[in-house]
Amino acid sequence: MKPIDQKLVQQTIDELAGKELYVHLETTNGAYATHKNQGFFSVGTFLRNARIKYVQGKITGPGPYRIGLELEGGWAYAEGLTDWEVDDQNQVLFAGHDPDGKLAIAFQLSEKPFRK
Amino acid sequence: MERHVLVIFPHPDDEAFGVAGTILSHTQNGTPVTYVCLTLGEMGRNMGRPLIANRETLPDIRKKELEEACRLLGIEDLRRFGMRDKTIEFTDSELLINRMKEVIDDVDPSLIITFYPGYAVHPDHDATAAAVIQAVQRMTPETRPTVHALAFSEGCEDILGEPDIIHDVSAHADQKMKVIEAHESQTAGVLQTMKQRFMENDETMKERMNTERFWTYPIDNKNE
Repeated sequence: MKPIDQKLVQQTIDELAGKELYVHLETTNGAYATHKNQGFFSVGTFLRNARIKYVQGKITGPGPYRIGLELEGGWAYAEGLTDWEVDDQNQVLFAGHDPDGKLAIAFQLSEKPFRK
Repeated sequence: MERHVLVIFPHPDDEAFGVAGTILSHTQNGTPVTYVCLTLGEMGRNMGRPLIANRETLPDIRKKELEEACRLLGIEDLRRFGMRDKTIEFTDSELLINRMKEVIDDVDPSLIITFYPGYAVHPDHDATAAAVIQAVQRMTPETRPTVHALAFSEGCEDILGEPDIIHDVSAHADQKMKVIEAHESQTAGVLQTMKQRFMENDETMKERMNTERFWTYPIDNKNE
């Protein structure tokens, strides 16, 4: 992946608007967070291959970035995004890596389903 | 000497830190070891240092790392279950127990090594081990393999007592380090520190590399 280029990302968001997409959205603090620090309140979520279609969307922030997509009947939102890549399957991958390089959030869009 | 050892863990690298030396002692003895690995650790947070993976490429990278680790361990029979990281506790338990039972019947191990259900921190660890124990429980007592279970949750020794199986694996420490190293995407961040501490004779790190500890799981006979 490479650091987010806000202008290129905005172009990509515009191109995907109105299309039927598969989404992977995930946040994680790691399964060992509470093991390493008993007081830590561990949360995480992931949703993979849900289908969405958005009307319009934006990338904002000074970096790390936020992306918000306005759906026909709701919203999709992610913050803490640092890196991105359009892979050889044309899947658009956004990720937020913490200072140690660990993935903390992933937000991904694809016209084809992601591997189960 | 064991007839056949069956190692069952959910993630590539689960076999590296607390078990690799024990596996090496078996394979170098000529005892066949089968490794059932349920997932490819698809949801790992470590993406290499520098970053070499993303969420979609991580499974392929970890598959190669797992295969290399098996080669280094002398494991010739690796069976992947094709499940997804983080989902083991939500899968159909009966199906999982049956898959475990099929492997056990096929391999006919004298010893199974897995986690200790309830004391293994990660929900995938606990759920994997629980399915293994259920499968063993359903066997007739005289056909059951011994189960050596790995526990590391905070305070587990207060409840389980001291582990009854303590292996000195110092003879395999170098090769064990290579196995840990093979899981590069996951271990690159900690490896430098680990190696340095080991070289400097740091007691905790030496203990961790040279000693592997297990609890013989008390299979319950009351359902017979």
